[in-house]
Amino acid sequence: MRLENDNKTSDMKKYILDLKVTEKLTPHANYVLLKLTDPNAPLPKMGPGQFAELRVDGSKTTFLRRPISINKIDYARNEIWLLIQFVGDGTRALGNIQVGDIINCVLPLGNTFTTDFSEVNDPKSSQDLSLLLVGGGVGIAPMLYLGTVLKEAGYKPVFLLGARSASDILELDEFAALGEVFTTTEDASHGEKGFVTQHSILEKRSFDRVFCCGPKPMMQAVARFAATKNIPCEVSLENKMACGVGACLCCVEDTKEGHKCVCSEGPVFLSADLKW
Amino acid sequence: MIKNKRAMADLNINIGDLQLKNPVMTASGTFGYGVEFADFMDISQIGGIIVKGTTRYHREGNPYPRMAETTSGMLNAVGLQNKGVEYFVEHIYPEIKNIQTNMIVNVSGSAVEDYVETAARINELENIPAIELNISCPNVKQGGMAFGVSACGAEEVVAAVRKVYHKTLIVKLSPNVTDITEIARAAESAGADSVSLINTLLAMSIDAERRKPLLSTVTGGMSGPAVKPIALRMVWQVAKAVKIPVIGLGGIMNGRDAIEFLLAGASAIQIGTANFIDPAICEKVIKEIDEYLTRHHYSSVRDIIGALEV
Repeated sequence: MRLENDNKTSDMKKYILDLKVTEKLTPHANYVLLKLTDPNAPLPKMGPGQFAELRVDGSKTTFLRRPISINKIDYARNEIWLLIQFVGDGTRALGNIQVGDIINCVLPLGNTFTTDFSEVNDPKSSQDLSLLLVGGGVGIAPMLYLGTVLKEAGYKPVFLLGARSASDILELDEFAALGEVFTTTEDASHGEKGFVTQHSILEKRSFDRVFCCGPKPMMQAVARFAATKNIPCEVSLENKMACGVGACLCCVEDTKEGHKCVCSEGPVFLSADLKW
Repeated sequence: MIKNKRAMADLNINIGDLQLKNPVMTASGTFGYGVEFADFMDISQIGGIIVKGTTRYHREGNPYPRMAETTSGMLNAVGLQNKGVEYFVEHIYPEIKNIQTNMIVNVSGSAVEDYVETAARINELENIPAIELNISCPNVKQGGMAFGVSACGAEEVVAAVRKVYHKTLIVKLSPNVTDITEIARAAESAGADSVSLINTLLAMSIDAERRKPLLSTVTGGMSGPAVKPIALRMVWQVAKAVKIPVIGLGGIMNGRDAIEFLLAGASAIQIGTANFIDPAICEKVIKEIDEYLTRHHYSSVRDIIGALEV
């Protein structure tokens, strides 16, 4: 079975682009937010959930590109946002990049979250669908772009963001501009105490669709919640990648239909299709 | 696209009956079926595209994790994941048969009859002019490497396939042997039209913090520029040991690397892991080979094959 949105990505042409860093923000000690532009042409069409593979220059221990989720696209400013968490040498080297530097990017890669529900067989009109977007850690990155696209399409996305502590909740103002935002923190410094799956909003309201990106245990917990409520849930997976285009078969996830490449058949999967 | 075509040196190379428009091919398992890279360049410009390893039956491959990065290279343990030769014939061949270059199938197996059955099936496909017999995969139990590590094993499987396969037969050799020239000579005497080398080097990677291996299979195959000097040495040795053309691969990242293999005696080269770093690398390497030949006043790429001055 293919994702219902699969056809939308197949016609999206992929590019190798030298993008120029126009702004560098450090919202957190372990993150950098890079804003990049193509100085020569309009940025190509990309969908929420897709990612870029960034070539890492200047790190002797880094050989492969690094897959980074698309945080936001601002076509009016011809700008793409990439939120990068420092995990190892590669991402740290990307954090050393300065305004004016060039990053060689292959993009857009992978499939997208579903953003068109016009074929949903539901008594509600599709615009009234209640959509919950759950993000944790660097997994909030694609949720911002997804929320932007959903809002532009007339939906009212509801965000649920989880973090260890208040200072770990990133881009809060950006999310607040798109819709209602609920938060959980493990130390109760922001929003409700605990994990996202413990937030009271999940019981107070009913949702028709859930979208999630974050650490695997979080996504699995959200997928279990969605399964008990019988809500379709799309999760965006992370994986160590080499090619990024489905050629090397390194980044597989075990699904009910066998191994699938996270880079080309994902990163977005229906949680019900996974062997979780 | 390659510009100024009239200024180009003659890049044509023959491997058995196989005619290559240039000596640049893609290594199996690194370029999918070619179409995955069509957005990045005109893939018909490549001399030959060797598609991913195909086996008699469907294979799920190894569990995750299958890949570990290392300094100037990577380890993989994919384990020949593919949907089997019948799926290839019915679903993939129709999609790739009209690509205007040599589409070559890498044939893998774990028993002689598997190789024979798969090769015989591919032999029926009009637009597949050659196969590359993988007797050197380090990532599956009895993954062919059993055949590739002894001269009699190599001879047995190559001879059996030769009986059913009537087009260009390339045999891919393992570097995980004491004397690769012995295996190369066995493949030649059993009827191979060419040998390609090297497949990946058996290697290992450890996560010290977790005290665990980084690959699900503990060991895997290493590729990338870190292995290039070993590959060059083996190509040089094999080119002196056999009369059939040698195809060189192992860590080629640019045109200069490719030239080094040609000088060492390779008649053609394959680009593998570099496709992951630059998905348009092949067309750059073709251009850089041409530039080298022009700069050194060679009219044909054939003039530099084995031209190493020792």
